[in-house]
Amino acid sequence: MVPIAYYLVLAAILFSIGAASFLIKRNIVTIFMSIELMLNAVNLTFVAFAHMWHQVQGQIFVFFVMVVAAAEAAVGLAIIIAIFRTRQTLNVDQINLMKN
Amino acid sequence: MQLALFLIFGLLAVAAALNLLLQRHPINSALSLVVVMMSLAVLYWSLGAEFLAAAQVIVYSGAIMVLFVFVIMLLNAGEEEKTTGSKAAYIAGFPGAAAIFCLLSFVFLSERKALGNVGIHDYLTDVVPNLTRISTELFTRLLLPFEVTSVLILVAILGAVVLARKEQ
Repeated sequence: MVPIAYYLVLAAILFSIGAASFLIKRNIVTIFMSIELMLNAVNLTFVAFAHMWHQVQGQIFVFFVMVVAAAEAAVGLAIIIAIFRTRQTLNVDQINLMKN
Repeated sequence: MQLALFLIFGLLAVAAALNLLLQRHPINSALSLVVVMMSLAVLYWSLGAEFLAAAQVIVYSGAIMVLFVFVIMLLNAGEEEKTTGSKAAYIAGFPGAAAIFCLLSFVFLSERKALGNVGIHDYLTDVVPNLTRISTELFTRLLLPFEVTSVLILVAILGAVVLARKEQ
């Protein structure tokens, strides 16, 4: 028997690692990957709560999150390719046309 | 037995997530993210979500991460360099993430009794009812959102094609 709180704490750990790497990483592809990590952590909490209430609605939420994440990854990586084509860099500190 | 399963794959997920944070080359981060997603699939399975465990392996570690690795290879991304901008991110990043973690785990652990336990025996014997319940819900009550997601995927494909196209 594992307390559900342990699963939720694991999800909190993964979410905060994802948030930290979102802020710290300078490569745009890695930043995008840390967003995926945060989405996965939230999915884990959805599944844990679905198990707790013996309902499938939480699992259906996760299903929709997966669909949206797939769509987001496709569009986001296309944007990254477009940025790389115009700016020749993946470093977010050098992508600052909108600054000032 | 389930505690061992949880500990092994939970620690694997945390270690791989930390590896994602600490590696400087994007391909190493991508491969450690695959490890995180595979261990999360095992955890979904232990929570009685067999369909989602399969979907996690197929969609996340199959499709999405292959897309990431493909883009990293395509753009020939090298090691990231440290810049002056990352100083402020270090100062804001670690305390902010630690604060989120402390707040969430305090709430979860203080409500530990009310949240209850996970038993492996009551779920893993009935794989088919889990799938049946999800598909019944998805194709009857949530049919419209399910169909709208197909439109979303179509729009995303069109957007990706338009964005990644070479300028004439």
